[in-house]
Amino acid sequence: MRLDRRTLLAAPLGFTVLAGGAFYMILQRMQKGTFDPRGVPTMLSNKPLPDFNLPGIDGDGFGSADLARTPGPVVLNFFASWCAPCVEEHRLLINIANQGVPIWGIAYKDAGPQAGAFLKQRGNPYLRTARDDAGRVAIDFGITGVPESFVVDRHGIVRWHIGGPLTAQIVVDQLMPTMRAWV
Amino acid sequence: MSPELGHFALALAVALAFAQAIIPIYGAWRRDARLMRAAPALAIGQLLALATSYGCLIWSSVTDDFSVLNVAENSHSLKPLIYKISGTWGNHEGSILLWCLILALCGGTVALFGRNLPASLRARVIGVLGASSCGFMLFALLESNPFLRLFPAPMEGRDMNPLLQDPGLAFHPPMLYVGYVGFCVPFAFAVAALLEGRVDAAWGRWVRPWTLAAWCALTCGIALGSWWSYYVLGWGGFWFWDPVENASLLPWLTGTALLHSALVVEKREALKTWTVLLAIGTFSLSLSGTFLVRSGILNSVHSFATDPARGVFILGLLAVVIGGSLLLFALRAPALSNTGMFAPVSREGALVLNNILLCSIAAVVMTGTVYPLFADLLFSQKISVGPPFFQATVFPLAVPVFAAMSIGPLLSWKRATLGPVLMKIWWAAIVALVVGSVAAYGMHALPALAMGAAAWMILGAFADIIERIKLFRLPARASFARLVGLPLASFGAAFAHAGLGVTVAGIAGMSMATDSIDLVKPGEIVHMAGYDWQLVELHDAPGPNYEARVATIKVSRDGQLVTTLSPERRNFPVQGVTTTEAKIHTNGVRDLYAVLGDEREGAAVLRLHDNVMAPWIWFGGLIMAIGGMLSLADRRLRVGAPVRARAPARNQATI
Amino acid sequence: MTKRLILLLLAAMLAWPGITWAISDPSEALANPSAEKRAVEIGEQLRCLVCQNESIEDSGADLARDLRRIVRQQVTAGKTDQQVIDWMVSRYGNFVRLRPPFNALTFMLWASPVVALLIGCLLLLVGRRRRAPPAAPLSPAETMRLKGLLEP
Repeated sequence: MRLDRRTLLAAPLGFTVLAGGAFYMILQRMQKGTFDPRGVPTMLSNKPLPDFNLPGIDGDGFGSADLARTPGPVVLNFFASWCAPCVEEHRLLINIANQGVPIWGIAYKDAGPQAGAFLKQRGNPYLRTARDDAGRVAIDFGITGVPESFVVDRHGIVRWHIGGPLTAQIVVDQLMPTMRAWV
Repeated sequence: MSPELGHFALALAVALAFAQAIIPIYGAWRRDARLMRAAPALAIGQLLALATSYGCLIWSSVTDDFSVLNVAENSHSLKPLIYKISGTWGNHEGSILLWCLILALCGGTVALFGRNLPASLRARVIGVLGASSCGFMLFALLESNPFLRLFPAPMEGRDMNPLLQDPGLAFHPPMLYVGYVGFCVPFAFAVAALLEGRVDAAWGRWVRPWTLAAWCALTCGIALGSWWSYYVLGWGGFWFWDPVENASLLPWLTGTALLHSALVVEKREALKTWTVLLAIGTFSLSLSGTFLVRSGILNSVHSFATDPARGVFILGLLAVVIGGSLLLFALRAPALSNTGMFAPVSREGALVLNNILLCSIAAVVMTGTVYPLFADLLFSQKISVGPPFFQATVFPLAVPVFAAMSIGPLLSWKRATLGPVLMKIWWAAIVALVVGSVAAYGMHALPALAMGAAAWMILGAFADIIERIKLFRLPARASFARLVGLPLASFGAAFAHAGLGVTVAGIAGMSMATDSIDLVKPGEIVHMAGYDWQLVELHDAPGPNYEARVATIKVSRDGQLVTTLSPERRNFPVQGVTTTEAKIHTNGVRDLYAVLGDEREGAAVLRLHDNVMAPWIWFGGLIMAIGGMLSLADRRLRVGAPVRARAPARNQATI
Repeated sequence: MTKRLILLLLAAMLAWPGITWAISDPSEALANPSAEKRAVEIGEQLRCLVCQNESIEDSGADLARDLRRIVRQQVTAGKTDQQVIDWMVSRYGNFVRLRPPFNALTFMLWASPVVALLIGCLLLLVGRRRRAPPAAPLSPAETMRLKGLLEP
């Protein structure tokens, strides 16, 4: 390709075509859900859990040591009673918990009796619960909002993360395959 | 009734635009005068149809017609009238319709004021404008229709984001759109010229007023947006290098380069390829900006909540408009011949340097804005590019521009020597050095340098005028006579360059801004920046669609009362959002700025700012726009517009 | 479907209590002014992940407040600027840095001003090269002929 005038004058077109193709790919992936420009991906992918030990809501809490000794993979869900999407997600969580999926919950910045009341009123899908009133543990997990969920395998390694509420689609497409893969 | 009328008018406008795109261009190709003459009529018809359509949308909003989905989602009966009107463009569908309206307005204006253009050029320009209109209106009609109905109609609307219920919003988007869309006219000129196969001095002269008008509007739009975020968002900042802010800056940078480049085409018939490419590029950038914002691809606080499906349509539209014009460019541009030769050191040379620097800055801003996207797409790595990057990369490129700005206008065309020019401007350099050194006592090095540069720019801007009236070298009366006789364009250029200097001074001054956050009980005084700020009391104040908590703060200096500020916190019950209303007192050189925060135990959190030289940032923008308007008003652009020679002059003598 | 997800995500972000544009709490500020200044400088380098277009110093979000507190704790504990930023990056990735790091991935980004200028100069050179070569000088015979024509 000679570096002459004709080539240079065609360069803007070439550049635009490339850019257009890239943007098209981005849009396609956004529609399919594999690309999220607003998402903050987890830094914990395939890494061990951060160390923590949290008190319980009504009773015993749990810590990272407990999550490293489970018989199989566990879904770790950060929620709060004051968060509207969490309420929506809650119904789905009850559903999948009834199907035998082990879910452990951490109440984020849910001081006082609200978290407990929330679970009593709407049902408790969690095998174990804990509370993170200060939100520091959530920061160690790289959380930016609630709800967010992780899949932790039986050795305490994080295998999957979603920043936002679980939906039926995500459960079928991503959550269940991950749970099955890390049995 | 009226939403249906609006809907119909929109569809009619699409049909007219389609005709407007096809008929004149075919007519120009076939040199059919009748078909070419149809162009202005079609353009004006399209404008009338679209104006009717938008009028119906405004009417639906003002009469609280909640059967229209757009009105139900964005309006509320308690909203003040002005926000019912301005709210029509505060959402995605309405703003697209506004975009289309302004595009039609451009077409209509060319139809009305382009009478001195040769018929074929005018026909082609209007044809291209029609094609663009058609595309955008199809998008509006099919994908973002503001006239969709809702049945059953709700009793009340969902109200508009309270942040948008502000006078600044009433002016910022329309002004910005006139700027963005206004660059469609130079774009149309460029495409028309490529279709015709020639770019000459006459073309350069014709393109300039339209470019100036769009540039003025864009300058005002950006300045307004920056000012608005300054006084609304409550953190005293004015530019965050947010992707959408960058999307507005990019066409401004290339538009400025275009403005200067067209000058060279007009005066010297050189830089034709650059100018045509810049004209295509500027409009392409404003279109791409729209795409990026509305497709949801960019992470921005400005983004409308739209979905990727719309993005695909707009991408298709962009492919046709931008891809088509660049293809035409690749095919036809090699044939453009430059007749003017010039030495590297000359006014043309300076303008080439100007082009390169401004386009480099634009390239850097664009890279920074889209890099995270591509890093994520190609390497699945999430990075973010924020103000520290842009400040580090744009400033070194901007400094040569600032330096050259004062020297360039003094250089002569074709060939110049630097020495005599520098001699003419030595006084500005001395003053700039003094200012910079004085500033260095109170500021860090970089802002002090910027202050010096600002002084250089402001003084240098008037150097050309001072030269021409031979100030101090002729008796005052003679100088004054010359002053009055100078063309307005000289003043326009001087004001525009000085305006940029004023803005840079303002930005540099803000580095000295101070602020403090305190928990204050009524009656207590905070001492900051040499002023005494006393919180007098806090009280409730209901508004039309909000409840407000107001703090009264008396600001005094040395015992003298300077001003009383009443910042508020407003709670909008319908949307459940709380906003803060900062209150600002300005004396032209500094802003005293107060924000009310939470209240605890009878005391309130107050954030107080002393923003040194903040007003200059926006004065500078205003001065730049005034400069542009002065240039527009220059008679040479209207009277005596060149007419193309009918036939080449015959040689009388032959060798 | 994706639309719902996006809307839910937006709602999730809005679900933070008091995403009012609240200003920060004066009690957050450190007593030592130079330490506070350092903390502010570090904070201005960190992106607020909730609003995503403000630094944590400017943002009113709860998460921003928590992160500001952490920055101040670490500054008081004697950590260097880089250590604080690394701590944040280990939890949120490079996305949290407003000033992108300089590494193989971001090389083109940081090099863009230089590259842009180089391309500009390249275009200039190609443009100049294309200029028509000066007309060949006249031969002696042609010069004589020209002289004859010009002199009356």
